[in-house]
Amino acid sequence: MSLLDVENLRVSFDTSQGVVEAVRGISFSLGQERLGIVGESGSGKSMTGRAILRLVRPPGRVEADRIALEGQDLQSLGERQMRKVRGRRISMVMQDPKFSLNPVMTVGEQIMEAYLLHARDSRRAARRKALEMLEAVAIRDPERVMKAYPHEVSGGMGQRIMIAMMLIPDPRILIADEPTSALDVSVQRKVLSIMDGLVRDRGMGLIFISHDLNLVSEFCDRVLIMYAGRIVETCDAARLHEARHPYTRGLLNSLPRLDAPRARLEVLARDPAWAEGG
Amino acid sequence: MPQAATRRGRPAAPLAGLPGRVLATLGSLAVTVLGLLFVTFFIGRVMPIDPVLAVVGERASPEVYADARAALGLDEPIPVQFWYYLREVAQGDFGMSLLTARPVIDDIARVFPATLELATLGVLAGVVLGVPLGVLAAVNRGSWIDQIARLVALVGYSMPIFWLGLIGLLVFYGILGWVGGPGRLDVFYDGLVPTVTGMILVDAALAGDWTVFGNAFSHIVLPASLLGYFSMAYISRMTRSFMLEALSAEYITTARVKGMSEWRVVWVHAFRNIRVQLLTVIVLSYANLLEGSVLTEIIFSWPGIGYYITNALLAADMNAVLGGTVVVGTIFIVLNMLSDLLYKFFDPRAR
Repeated sequence: MSLLDVENLRVSFDTSQGVVEAVRGISFSLGQERLGIVGESGSGKSMTGRAILRLVRPPGRVEADRIALEGQDLQSLGERQMRKVRGRRISMVMQDPKFSLNPVMTVGEQIMEAYLLHARDSRRAARRKALEMLEAVAIRDPERVMKAYPHEVSGGMGQRIMIAMMLIPDPRILIADEPTSALDVSVQRKVLSIMDGLVRDRGMGLIFISHDLNLVSEFCDRVLIMYAGRIVETCDAARLHEARHPYTRGLLNSLPRLDAPRARLEVLARDPAWAEGG
Repeated sequence: MPQAATRRGRPAAPLAGLPGRVLATLGSLAVTVLGLLFVTFFIGRVMPIDPVLAVVGERASPEVYADARAALGLDEPIPVQFWYYLREVAQGDFGMSLLTARPVIDDIARVFPATLELATLGVLAGVVLGVPLGVLAAVNRGSWIDQIARLVALVGYSMPIFWLGLIGLLVFYGILGWVGGPGRLDVFYDGLVPTVTGMILVDAALAGDWTVFGNAFSHIVLPASLLGYFSMAYISRMTRSFMLEALSAEYITTARVKGMSEWRVVWVHAFRNIRVQLLTVIVLSYANLLEGSVLTEIIFSWPGIGYYITNALLAADMNAVLGGTVVVGTIFIVLNMLSDLLYKFFDPRAR
């Protein structure tokens, strides 16, 4: 059985200029695998992650024929039951730890809170768990980092803290929404391989949302290409270079390559028909 | 790859380095107060009010005038005069009040507690009602709660206090008889409890005299509610806008992703982040009320510092005006410094 099934998911916003459709009927399922969602800004990839967690705020509206987590229908759950899904069963790492960690709470407080929200356990046990988790994301001096505030840690460290915090309740699925876009290139890979290792060890499903084709093809098993709120192509990450859809080809061709330098990169062509068809 | 190190060697304990900071704060306090004294002194010199005339009267002979001028030290050069002024202020001597024929400092010691009592109750009411109202309005943005909060604040902003005060007296004192009238106490309760702090509610409680306490309360409740209403209007609007900003932050999404209740998201994760800004707003409201709300004090015959300074000003009683200004200004400065210190306590980034 797959971990997550999404059928005909739609996200729309009522604005004064009419209805804007951010996600326009996408379907996919996720097993114990690493699924990449790639697309340009505004293609609806982030909204997809938030819609699954039911975190799209009004005036946003989410509709779907089916969103099922391990066979359980999520749409029929009330808000209170949904809170037991968030964090505990599906978690999410966001883009920039500078903004996604609470600036006035210590790292320790925030990690322990994530654990205690879902576990009936003592603070002492939560503290021990948090220290273990910090070690698992390769933080050298966890005792000290527990007492630090987010502004006192670097970006790469902040993102590892974020990963520790989101994995401490032991969820089944992690949604990583551009987890390395705000980081220095030098630490991106390290953070990703730590996340990758943890996700694999725990047999979790990963949804890796990114605009970086190279990272996705390296860290994912399967890739969905989104354009204007639709999935235009699905392919194996290893065979991404064989992708056939003109939009995917365009994305690939607009990447600079060391082994085949070109004086001028290709400009992405856009065909309105892609937004309509599939 | 080497592990990224924390930017600072070791996370600071909340109060580390506090003595040094207090010292620095006291230093800047001294400088600011000195500036304040210079300004009040200067105002005293440029005012087109001749203090000598005020003492000797208009028909005094030139000799008498010159003697009085020398006795007041006004024949000395300005810097020397400023030095005398500083020396006297340092000893708590603001001179005699012409109006009351008592030392200004004694007058202030008498009138300030009345204002302090009123302002404290007012700002307490403003905070206790305004903060939750603002948070509620922000959380339910655009709903009927938000609309009501907006209306309440709008009325608070636009209704003149003298009108609201008079209507309040008419309705609650004149017609309904629920509250005491103008003044701090009914006449026959006057002087029943020994003066310790000068705040009648506190003094009555200290003396255990609950009859006097009740009477004082019935007198203060209406003016304090009015001031409370006005500060609530301001505090609730500010709270709402701070809260809206905090709620749109990314760490709020993080909090929701963790699966916590919306109540906890709002009151723990968002509210902790607005405490600092809110503190500044509350301290400023309090400082404003402590300057003495002149209109309120006049309508309610409340013998506070606003009433005192206004009367002194109308009577050209410069010693009283300047003394009052120095005291009010110093309180303002001290409160601001205090809010700065608390700022650093509440916001780890400011340490």
